[in-house]
Amino acid sequence: MATISVKQLPKTEHILPGTRSCAGCGLMLTYRHALKALDEGKTIVAVPASCMTVLHGVYPITPVKVVCINNPFAATGAAASGIVAGLNATGKTGYTVVAFAGDGGTYDIGIQALSGALERKVDFIYVCYDNEGYMNTGTQRSSASPLGAVTSTTPILAKLQHKKDMIRIVEAHDLPYIATGSPSFPFDLFDKVKFAKNVKGSRYIEVHAPCPPGWGFPNKDLVKMGKLAIEAGIHALFEIKEGRFSLTSRSLAIAKKGRKKTVADYIKGQTRFRKISPDHLAQLQDFTDKRWNELLERHFKDNP
Amino acid sequence: MSDNLSPIRTISTPAEGEAGKTGDWRSQTPKIDHGKCSQKDSCLLCWLYCPDGVISSSFPLEIDLTYCKGCGVCAEECPRKAIEMVDDK
Amino acid sequence: MGEIQIITANTAAALAAKLCRVQVVSAYPITPQTPVTEELAEMVESGALKAEYLTVESEHSALASVVAASQVGARVFTATSANGLLYMHEMLHWAAGSRAPIVMACVNRGVGAPWTILNDQQDTVSQRDTGWIQLYCRNSQEVLDSVIQAYRIAEQVQIPIMVCYDGFILSHTSTPVDVPSQEEVDRFLPPLEDRSGIDGQTAMNINPLILSDPRPNANGVVMPGYMEFRYRLQQDILGSLDTIKAADKEFLDIFGRNWDGSTWTYRMEDAEHAMVSMGSLASECTLAADSLREEGLKVGVVGVRVYRPFPASEIVESLSGMKTVTFFEKDVSYGYQGALAMDARAAMYDCSSRPAISSYVVGLGGRDVRPDQLAKATLECTKGATKFCWLDVRS
Repeated sequence: MATISVKQLPKTEHILPGTRSCAGCGLMLTYRHALKALDEGKTIVAVPASCMTVLHGVYPITPVKVVCINNPFAATGAAASGIVAGLNATGKTGYTVVAFAGDGGTYDIGIQALSGALERKVDFIYVCYDNEGYMNTGTQRSSASPLGAVTSTTPILAKLQHKKDMIRIVEAHDLPYIATGSPSFPFDLFDKVKFAKNVKGSRYIEVHAPCPPGWGFPNKDLVKMGKLAIEAGIHALFEIKEGRFSLTSRSLAIAKKGRKKTVADYIKGQTRFRKISPDHLAQLQDFTDKRWNELLERHFKDNP
Repeated sequence: MSDNLSPIRTISTPAEGEAGKTGDWRSQTPKIDHGKCSQKDSCLLCWLYCPDGVISSSFPLEIDLTYCKGCGVCAEECPRKAIEMVDDK
Repeated sequence: MGEIQIITANTAAALAAKLCRVQVVSAYPITPQTPVTEELAEMVESGALKAEYLTVESEHSALASVVAASQVGARVFTATSANGLLYMHEMLHWAAGSRAPIVMACVNRGVGAPWTILNDQQDTVSQRDTGWIQLYCRNSQEVLDSVIQAYRIAEQVQIPIMVCYDGFILSHTSTPVDVPSQEEVDRFLPPLEDRSGIDGQTAMNINPLILSDPRPNANGVVMPGYMEFRYRLQQDILGSLDTIKAADKEFLDIFGRNWDGSTWTYRMEDAEHAMVSMGSLASECTLAADSLREEGLKVGVVGVRVYRPFPASEIVESLSGMKTVTFFEKDVSYGYQGALAMDARAAMYDCSSRPAISSYVVGLGGRDVRPDQLAKATLECTKGATKFCWLDVRS
């Protein structure tokens, strides 16, 4: 049953207040709802060096009420594999192992260990919270940064390449469950994490996590920015269950009614796009349209 | 694990206020107009979207100002404009 | 009772891991370590060893996965060589900082570039500062026994251990090895005590960000800072020398043989000149010492079994009063000298009767080292001024 009302969401919080995350953090809102879909005592989280490390707090206190194992940047997929193997070997049953890595830790430095884990069909959930850059180290370019975004390592020309299509790379590993999510659509996110929890094998969820300081928009606009990304088709909400592709939530509604927002609408509230050229804007719109149309086609093919 | 005085491994345990009283970060404070928000048909969108989970889900709604970082998402998302961000002096 | 088998050091390492009832094995193939991983894979697939086997996609992941498996309470094993070990470098520090009692077979091989698959000890010696205990073996029996001892030591001191042995010279050479019975090993090595703290209820954040200074926990108890944890690792690895020696002594009681703790000596009782080395090269030094003795020169050998923690006092005790000491090693700290000689020379500084110390870098990338070369080089050092040079570099 899909969550359709706030009242259906568990009220228990698994993150104690007073964390180190920035005000208006998209990761924080993502993690808050993702943990609601998991079993507090029986969840082991694997985290690479990232904003998530900071969120998990400075020794000897953590705000998060799960077991978390921190790992070097490149090691998340491998560490999760080791956790799963170690739990099996020592007879600790009923745990859900969840890796939480950013786009840098997933698209870039962590891709090898992730691919290895997915190929070995390790029984775990991998959540990539994509804030489109190395936000924890101060907004450097990652392969998830969009074309035309100024980052601290593309300071003058802005990024010259499109974002990597990580989902297609992940899908090439033939997973039983792949989904995308957004903290601006918590019901959809909650349902997907909850569903993933009960799937055997490697599950991958990618969350588009707006980052106010990294993207350059006011903290208060966190949810709006996440929604705008969906409205413009920059990010789409979908899931792929055993190869069957379905748009979900607001993206499904947009598929039926058509998109009303453009890339220009999406980028105008973000200072990272302050230097985007008309040519790059057109390219970003084309890229977005092409991708959205592929998703539409696939949705209606799999859901006639 | 070994005792606290000479642990060999770094293992943190849960407590609130890990980063201190993060309410100190605020430059604006959310103020709820309870007249505009009643329990009967409340949407709880403020609770839903608060990144830090510092808004109660029971009524009357309360915001934990010890830890609220003042991001203003609640005020922005409230469909009844029942929350206003007020400048801190 | 044990059984004599004609096996390689690689097989000895794999058998030892099995006898230690390892629960998670994770490894990536690299010459000359490969047979270790293959044989363990076969044991797991056949059911002879009840363990999880992870065929990871890299050495970085091999070590990352066994660190994580260890953190949730499993006894773990991995093995590597040369560039594989170098690829683990980040994880080596992480494993020691995690205080994960991992045992890793390191099959010594020269490092690229250029490529060599043949033996020297540059790989492990260059990782000496990562917080791991390093044992160097002189033969396949010692490899098997050291792996078994290593679990006992690692789990007592909560520090990971490399069991190092020379590629091809030992790894691929079959010799008789006394393989102990499972019952004997079980008597020596108790099951791993689960210190993970994972109980389905307790939340914790393992290896978090830490400040330099101590910080109070939620109950107001001041907990250590980064430097205190690092100091504790240093204290514990220094202290592990006693644990290593004790484990070797207890090994003798059960198995009827042992490996002389941290250093071993050969014909040192009346020696005036000493040769010092590690691994199979140290064994070869004994042949050179014998031939020099035949020529009337009172030469003995000191073999260094434990390189980290560095057995400084044992080395000083053995070498104090020698007229000359000559080091032979298959590694070099580029821009200076061989690492073992540097460490030992520093240890000898406070010694009242300092011998003249020379050192040779030998056998890099599998260059053959014959006992007569070692004898000749030693002889030269007993005559004239001390020297640091490379043996057998051809023009």
